[in-house]
Amino acid sequence: MEDHVLNPYVPYPVRIDDIEVATEDKSLKTFKFVFLNDGDEEKFAYQAGQFAELSVPGVGEIPIGIASSPVEKGFVKFTVFKAGVVTSHLHNMKVDDIMGIRGPLGNWYPWDLLEGKNILIVGGGFAFTTLRSSIVYMLNPDNRARFGNIDVVYGARTPGMLLYKDELIAWEKRDDINMHLTIDAPADGWEYNVGFTPPITEQKAPQGDDNTYAIVCGPPIMIKFTLPVLEKLGYADDHIIMSLENRMKCGFGMCGRCGIGKELVCKDGPVFTLDQINKTPREY
Amino acid sequence: MNMKLVKIDKKQWANGLEDLRNSYRLFGPVKEKDYHSFKALAKDEQPDLSFSNSRLSPKTLLFPQSEAIIEFSLDENDADHHIMKSVEKDVSPQAVIGVRPCDAKSVRLVNLNFDTPEYRDPYWADVLAATTFVGLACDEPKSTCFCTSVDCGPYSEEGLDVLLVDDGDSYLAKVLTEKGRSLLDAAGWGAAEAENTDLADRKAAAEAKIASTVTTDNLKNQDLMTLHGASFWEEVAFGCLNCGTCTYTCPTCWCFDLQDEVHGKAGKRMKNWDSCMFPLFTMHTTGHNPRGTKTQRVRQRFMHKLKYFLDKYDQGIMCVGCGRCVSQCPVNIDIRKICNLMNAYQADNAACVEQE
Repeated sequence: MEDHVLNPYVPYPVRIDDIEVATEDKSLKTFKFVFLNDGDEEKFAYQAGQFAELSVPGVGEIPIGIASSPVEKGFVKFTVFKAGVVTSHLHNMKVDDIMGIRGPLGNWYPWDLLEGKNILIVGGGFAFTTLRSSIVYMLNPDNRARFGNIDVVYGARTPGMLLYKDELIAWEKRDDINMHLTIDAPADGWEYNVGFTPPITEQKAPQGDDNTYAIVCGPPIMIKFTLPVLEKLGYADDHIIMSLENRMKCGFGMCGRCGIGKELVCKDGPVFTLDQINKTPREY
Repeated sequence: MNMKLVKIDKKQWANGLEDLRNSYRLFGPVKEKDYHSFKALAKDEQPDLSFSNSRLSPKTLLFPQSEAIIEFSLDENDADHHIMKSVEKDVSPQAVIGVRPCDAKSVRLVNLNFDTPEYRDPYWADVLAATTFVGLACDEPKSTCFCTSVDCGPYSEEGLDVLLVDDGDSYLAKVLTEKGRSLLDAAGWGAAEAENTDLADRKAAAEAKIASTVTTDNLKNQDLMTLHGASFWEEVAFGCLNCGTCTYTCPTCWCFDLQDEVHGKAGKRMKNWDSCMFPLFTMHTTGHNPRGTKTQRVRQRFMHKLKYFLDKYDQGIMCVGCGRCVSQCPVNIDIRKICNLMNAYQADNAACVEQE
C-alpha cells in the first residue's frame, strides 16, 4: 500500500495548475491543484464542507476549506487568504510548482440530514469557500431535486471583494436559487442589496421552521449579529449549522491544540450545530 | 498463559540481557547527573534499576521529543523534488527494561489518541507494536505517588508484558503476555520456577505505602460546562509560569507540533512535543487566541486530563499518579489538589457557569 493510505501525515503530491487573484485587494488567491499520481484524486473523495492541509515542503502546512465541489472532477480548488507564513509563501508560488495536499479532513455539512429540506446559506467576506462548494453541489442537476428552496445571503465590503463573482451573477439569473448579494455601502453599477449581512438576512431570509436549515459562515462580527437575527426568524439552535476554525497542525485529531472541550474542531468538526457549540467551551 | 512466577537469579541477569541483544534493541533507565532517563543501552551497559522513577517518562521511546517523520528534497535537479515521503523508522523488536507500572499504564492511555478507528499514527503505533515492556514493581513509592487512587498501582500489570519484582538475590518475573514469554525465553530466564507463587502480600505492602490519594468518583457526573466555569481556576492558575514542565514530564501528555526544517536543499518535517501551556499552541494567525490567558491554559490542562478525556473515552482519567508534575512544578501546583477541587465542586450560583 502507498504511504498516505497507511500514514495520515503523508500528503498527496500535487501540481499547481492555475492561480487566480480572487479579490480586488489581491489578498485572496484561488489555487487549482491537479494530483500528480493516478488514483489519488479518487482517494481524495470529499464532501462539501470538508477541509485539507495544504502542505508546502520546507515551509509548513495550513488547513483550508475545500472550495471546489465534489461534482467537479479533475482538480481541487482552494481560495487562500494571505495571512501567515505558509499562506504568504503560497501566494508567491507559481503555476507548475509541486507541493502536497493532505485530506480530506474533518466532517462536512450534514447532506443526509439536509435532504428534502430548505437551505438558507449566510456567508460573509472570504468565508464563502465551502459554501461555494455546497452551492455548486446542490445546484448540480443530479442533486437539485434532493433539496427544497435554496436561499443565499452573501455580503462583502465592496463588489470587488465578493468571491466567485462570475458564478454569483450566474446564480442570480437562475430560478432555482434565491440570491441575496449585498455590499456594505453603495457602489457604481451595483444593482443588488446594500447593507451588512445580518440586516439583509433579516429582510430577505425565509422564516425558520422544522424543514429549514441555516448554514452560516463568516467573520466573528457577522456571526455575532446574524445569530440573533436567525433566532428572531425562528431558526432553532439545532437548525443552525456553522463551521469553526482553530489553529491546527495534524488535522486528524492527534496534535491536541484545536480542542473545544472534549470535541476537536479538526476531527469532530469543523461543522457543528449552534446547539452543539453551546454545549462546548467557547475556545475557538 | 502460565501465571506461575519465574525466578531470575541476579547472577544470570547480565548474561540474560546480553542474550536479549540478539533479538532486541534494549532500553532502560540510566543515571545521568542526579536523575534517571530511559536510554538505549550500549553493549554491556546495564539498566540501573536502583531508581525510584525517571525524570521524564519512557514515553520518549515511543514519542520522542523531536522526531523527523517526513523528508523531501527541494533541489529541482532531483526527479522527486518537493515530493514528501515518510522517513523510514527502525521498527525491529525492542525491549524496555524497568518500566514502572504507572508509565506502562500511561502508554495504554496515550495509545487511545494515536491509534484510533479512523487514523493511526504509524510513528507511534509501529514502534509500540515492536516493543516489549518489562516492568519493575515499586516497593518504595515516593511521597508524590498516588497511583492507587487512579486505577493503577505499584504492582499494576496494565500495559506490561512482564512484571519484575525485586526479591533480593533474584527477580521474580510474572509473565503477562506472549511477548513477555518470548522475551524470557530469549534471555534464557524462563526455566526456573519460583517457590513463591503469590505476590499478594508484597503488593498489599507496597500499596499501603502509597499515602497520597485523589478522589475521582464524582468527576464523571460533574457537568462539563459547570466545571469549565468553576470559580477556582483563577486561584489555581495564579502561580503558574506556563513553563510547560508539567506537560513535558507527564507520561500521558501527547500534544505535538509539526515544523519543517531545511538544511541546504534537504528538508524534514519534524513532530515535536508541544504544550497547552504555551500561548502559541492555540494562537490564530489573526492574533486571536482562544486560550490567550494563563488561566485558560491551566484550565485546559486539568480539564483535558480529568474531565474531557474521561467523558470522551470512559476509561478513567488521563493521569496515572506518577507524581512527576507535582514534584517538578517550580511553583508547587498540585494536580491532586485540583482533582479533588474538581471532584467536589458545586456551583454556588448561576453566574459561575457563565462563559467569559
